[in-house]
Amino acid sequence: MTYTEAAAVGVAGALLLDLFLLGTRLVTSRTFWLTYPIVLAGQLIANGVLTGRRIVRYNPHAIIGWRLAYAPVEDLAFGFALVLSTLSLWAWLGRRGGAGAAPPGP
Amino acid sequence: MGVPPPVDRLAMRHLTYLAVLAGCLAGALWLEPVLRVRVLRQWRRLLLTVVPIVLIFGGWDVAAIAAHHWSYDPAQITGVRLPGRLPLEELLFFVVVPVCSVLGYEAVRLTRGRRRDDPGRGRWRDDAGRRRSDVTR
Repeated sequence: MTYTEAAAVGVAGALLLDLFLLGTRLVTSRTFWLTYPIVLAGQLIANGVLTGRRIVRYNPHAIIGWRLAYAPVEDLAFGFALVLSTLSLWAWLGRRGGAGAAPPGP
Repeated sequence: MGVPPPVDRLAMRHLTYLAVLAGCLAGALWLEPVLRVRVLRQWRRLLLTVVPIVLIFGGWDVAAIAAHHWSYDPAQITGVRLPGRLPLEELLFFVVVPVCSVLGYEAVRLTRGRRRDDPGRGRWRDDAGRRRSDVTR
């Protein structure tokens, strides 16, 4: 499996988690789509440094070769899967009646 | 002393990736005290979110390293390797990015005042009431 294929599987898995497994349906909410561009901006900067400075190096045979701010486009998919699964889990845990929710603070 | 000897500069270079992670945190952590998003306060919920993410994406990372999808410049990481040759920085990446994302998400939720299309509407009511009272608007 190439990184391109793995990234596609990652996005599909995150969508599955959000829409069906946890049922948080964040991708249908405006809040998520207002949050994602902000996180994406941060990702492009951090990822741009990581790849531009060649801290992380990619095997040219594992990627399709399109790049955005130095980073392979696959990283965008990886980041999307990471952010969506994180927020889906977070939202799900919150809905379950405050697992670990903050007590009324001082 | 003057110019630092090259060995020091090399030592600093090993911190490059860690510096990127610190930059990410600096860009988001201020939301906790300034907007009072109450993310770090809910540390158990945050922990329950981050642990599965670290395991899943850390596993992906280990597999990708083994499959030679990517590699790391040994000069720009600390060199601490976890099982599966996973650099310590990558593990931290899967902690830092989720924490920053949740902080951003909660900041957006808070500033939007939880409108109708929010999937969490209703069941978040306890939190919402408390948080809304924090915001003067």
